[in-house]
Amino acid sequence: MSKIALIIRREYVTRVRKKSFIIMTILGPLLMGAMIAGVAFLSAVDNEQRRIVVVDESHLFSQKFKNDENTTFLYLDGPVDSLRSRSKKEGYFGILLIPASENMASLEKAVTLYSEKQPSFTLIQKIQFTMEKEINTSKYSDAGIDPKKLESIKTDVRIQTRDLENNKTSTPLTTIIGFAGGLLIYLFTFLYGAQVMRGVMEEKMSRIVEVIISSVKPMQLMMGKIIGVALVGLTQFLLWVILTTTIYSLVMSVALKDPNKSAMEQMIKMRTGQDLPVDTKYKEMTPAEEISDAVNQINFPLIIGSFIFFFLGGYLLYAALFAAIGSAVDSETDTQQFMLPVTIPLILAYVASANVIQNPDSPVGFWFSMIPFTSPIVMMVRIPLGVPWQQVVASMGLLVLGFLFTTWLASRIYRTGILMYGKKVSYRELGKWIRYKN
Amino acid sequence: MNDILTIEHIVKQYAGHRALDDVSMNIPQGSVFGLLGPNGAGKTSLIRIVTQITAPDSGRLLFKGSPLISEHIRHMGYLPEERGLYKKMEVGEQALYLGQLKGLSRAEAMKRLKYWFEKFEMQSWWKKKIEELSKGMQQKVQFITTILHEPDFLILDEPFTGFDPINAELVKNELLALSKNGATIVLSTHRMESVEQLCSHISLINQGKKILEGSVKEIRKQNKSNTWEVHYTGNKIAFTNALWAGFELVDIQEDHEHNVARVKMLGSNTPNELLQNLLPQVQILGLKEIIPSINDIFIQKVNESEHAVVAA
Repeated sequence: MSKIALIIRREYVTRVRKKSFIIMTILGPLLMGAMIAGVAFLSAVDNEQRRIVVVDESHLFSQKFKNDENTTFLYLDGPVDSLRSRSKKEGYFGILLIPASENMASLEKAVTLYSEKQPSFTLIQKIQFTMEKEINTSKYSDAGIDPKKLESIKTDVRIQTRDLENNKTSTPLTTIIGFAGGLLIYLFTFLYGAQVMRGVMEEKMSRIVEVIISSVKPMQLMMGKIIGVALVGLTQFLLWVILTTTIYSLVMSVALKDPNKSAMEQMIKMRTGQDLPVDTKYKEMTPAEEISDAVNQINFPLIIGSFIFFFLGGYLLYAALFAAIGSAVDSETDTQQFMLPVTIPLILAYVASANVIQNPDSPVGFWFSMIPFTSPIVMMVRIPLGVPWQQVVASMGLLVLGFLFTTWLASRIYRTGILMYGKKVSYRELGKWIRYKN
Repeated sequence: MNDILTIEHIVKQYAGHRALDDVSMNIPQGSVFGLLGPNGAGKTSLIRIVTQITAPDSGRLLFKGSPLISEHIRHMGYLPEERGLYKKMEVGEQALYLGQLKGLSRAEAMKRLKYWFEKFEMQSWWKKKIEELSKGMQQKVQFITTILHEPDFLILDEPFTGFDPINAELVKNELLALSKNGATIVLSTHRMESVEQLCSHISLINQGKKILEGSVKEIRKQNKSNTWEVHYTGNKIAFTNALWAGFELVDIQEDHEHNVARVKMLGSNTPNELLQNLLPQVQILGLKEIIPSINDIFIQKVNESEHAVVAA
């Protein structure tokens, strides 16, 4: 076995065997699923009982607000000020003040909700929705429009978007997948980059490094570690994909209650990205069917393939820098000053991706997906939404150049830093190391 | 005797200071070579160049007559002063890994490790993590990994620190055995008594320059000051009076029942002539030449070279 292969093997085996790796691999998809379910559950289930006092000075909205499971509307007269001061004692959630007015239209922006606690988004929506409906109705009748007629005229257009090869393009799910992919690259780069840094520091601080680099070149040791950790990351990702697919198809096979569709078929369909027959689109779909349909539209080989490329590219680029930092410092606390410039582009890319998702072809989206320091995350966000292949190729090319550059830079810092003890290192010092002949 | 390693005019400059300034030396095949010098003299810099961890700015190295290349590293074993192992890794696995990095096959490394672990009675450590071992035990593991690939050229930087006297003796005996089997050993140490016991040759460097090199016997011979120690009983004044201009009395000390005088021969005077003068006056118990220890020579030479720098 060649020396670099030996190093890669050691880095890989010692990490994969760790309990924390096994636990993360199993818990990762479960936690992710639980988190999504948890958020959905919490936002759906809101069982706080609220009493809201409606002070309707206009008398246009009496009994219009409908009580529901959690919310009771009380219609009271009286000065708002005294109600506000009594509110806490009486246990009101809030007081809705509708000022006196002759016509409804003038109330559009005149209504106030007083409450001690911040009212929830859904509550505000509910009140606004009720008022909008009432005001609309009143406007219709003022304009002589019959609301029933209007309802019957209403049309509901939903267009399907397809690209030139007749594949379905973005759906909300593809947007989510893109964002999740970008987020995963962001997390993996941080997580595994930090592992490389800690590994380098461990070797430096335990002083084993001198023994090893009397057998192998510093570059070999550094690359061996970076590649070994990359393989750990890939292993974890692939295990997550397999685990998630299995859980997904199990859940779907139960949810769809379709005896003809085995979990296996589902999985194959998902992998190959084949569409369901078009006619299913026009049937009434259950939520589970809708999800399954959306999932089936996604081009998984493309997404997983580009994820692996951009994960590896981004990781290699940053891991080299993390390795350089690890080699330059004597202790964990000294890493701070060097971490900042490395983490800023990463965080920037993550922040930008929230914008890019709304507007994938904007200049921000374009440039951030070209610059190697941000492209792994931003391009990953864009790819599920469809990106011209020229841009993808250019971005990939630049990313390869980017990591070749950072690796070169890092190896020059690394070979000097790894043997340097007890010296507080500055940026100037690092510059000198880069210029050293050998 | 052929030289296994020839070092020619090595210069190594670090930002701000010259760690090695035109250093040359010859390390004879099969010798135990003491590389001596005060802290910061440039020993570690030189060792790192020999082990090819760093490269010199100028100068060249010959290993068995041909320029030193990375291929030669397989014939070298290196125990750095600052030593360490992966703390979380198991002893056996780690020793195997380091052996393989030196070019041994897994099976061969395993076979040799079995032998050494048995010899040092550490079979029960195999599955333990390094961090579970005491410092001395860790040193033993590290020593074995250094010599596992049977290098014919060993560089040991302070090999005895961290060992208790028993284990230090064990390591010393292993080194002597390796030397007997033909290995060349470079020993960088501050412990002069181990230099006296082990080294056949030494080289002394200070402030990046070599100030002394040669076989231990030669160096001691060159550095003796022709001073003799005389053990006698009798009157101190009588002893002093017996010395004439050809001898210089360094000092007299009382040792239990008798006195010990140190006398330096001046000119071409011999101990016989000294005795002729002394015999009528005092009772002579013994006479022997004072040969300087390596420790004395070390201190003397380092001081000389530092004064020379100040004077210049």
